Amino acid sequence: MKKLESSLKNMLLVLTGVTIISVALLAFVNELTKGPIEKANAKALSDAVSMVVPGFDNDPIADKKMQAVNGVEYAIYPATKQGKYIGAAVESTSMGFGGELKVLVGFDAEGNILDYSLLAHAETPGLGSKAADWFKEGHKGSIKGLNPGKAPLVVTKDGGQVDAITASTITSRAFLNAVNAAYAAFIGGASADATSGATRKKNVEHTDSTAVAADSVSVK
Amino acid sequence: MNNFKVMMNGITKENPTFVLLLGMCPTLGTTSSAINGMGMGLATMFVLICSNVVISAIKNLIPDMVRIPSFIVVIASFVTLLQMVMQAYVPALYATLGLFIPLIVVNCIVLGRAEAFAAKNGPIPSLFDGLGMGLGFTMALTLLGAVREFLGTGKIFTLSILPGEYGMLLFVLAPGAFIALGYLIALINRLKTN
Repeated sequence: MKKLESSLKNMLLVLTGVTIISVALLAFVNELTKGPIEKANAKALSDAVSMVVPGFDNDPIADKKMQAVNGVEYAIYPATKQGKYIGAAVESTSMGFGGELKVLVGFDAEGNILDYSLLAHAETPGLGSKAADWFKEGHKGSIKGLNPGKAPLVVTKDGGQVDAITASTITSRAFLNAVNAAYAAFIGGASADATSGATRKKNVEHTDSTAVAADSVSVK
Repeated sequence: MNNFKVMMNGITKENPTFVLLLGMCPTLGTTSSAINGMGMGLATMFVLICSNVVISAIKNLIPDMVRIPSFIVVIASFVTLLQMVMQAYVPALYATLGLFIPLIVVNCIVLGRAEAFAAKNGPIPSLFDGLGMGLGFTMALTLLGAVREFLGTGKIFTLSILPGEYGMLLFVLAPGAFIALGYLIALINRLKTN
């Protein structure tokens, strides 16, 4: 077959034809994959919820409620067992090193951290992306059992109690900010902004001497 | 040139990464670990094969002056298709690679092969060209990713080889990508001249 000539008519027809075919194809596949994508996303969320607050017998996703703290809305998934409140999973975001960091934090009824799950992030692969496991039980920076209500979570570098990810202090700070914010939403926004610099600074001054002492010990 | 030769050409003599130096942006950006590099390579290979076959099949229907926009539409359609299908049926893989998939549209290897090969050859050789180029790209990215992952964290495919403390962080970051790629190309040129 001879190649089509580059006349205006041919060019218009071909370009229109190519785009129409591609639009039709994409629209078709979009319809086809819409259901499975929604199902996959819902499953990812429900998996994450049952991981961070285990042992519930209700449907936390159906009981979802929104809680505003300082003008930001947080999604809370309350977990109950035989009608008794056993805790909740809170979705929270903060700005990390590479973009938004989205975490789901599980609290028991007293506000102690049970577990967390990193829902979405854009951190550096191999560095900040370690946040997916770093703060879990059995890892270096474990936050399990800590209660942000007693003292907001802060990295050791800033005088806090949580070991930051090696070479990813910014990610670690962002992560802990998200956890503190989640706690604020969890207790209903009663406490002031747990992520504010003022709180952190006070904490730094307070624990600085101990941090230095600990450092000099570890040097020896 | 037979089909096998066309395929081997993409892997060795005209390797898109080490010889043609095409598609450097995804090469440097996605190879912080071996598995990321391999995933990006395989996704690119899929798009490359599909777009090569389709473009060589419709090449006579497309007037020369509008061929580039037409090729781009074909390539972008396949990339979007791949993205939707992956998101629906392999969400775990999509979670790690999702970021890189839209990047394939602007990968110049895909458009480069459409222009240089598919627009001049039939669908069957084009299929093998896409396969060869895709494999060459995948191997190069996996190799670069493995080197960077090993030097940066002491692991390969997340398998620990050396304790993490020996890792040179630099290689996980952008400068390490340039350094590792440069030395790999130098090494391959040395091997070729021998």
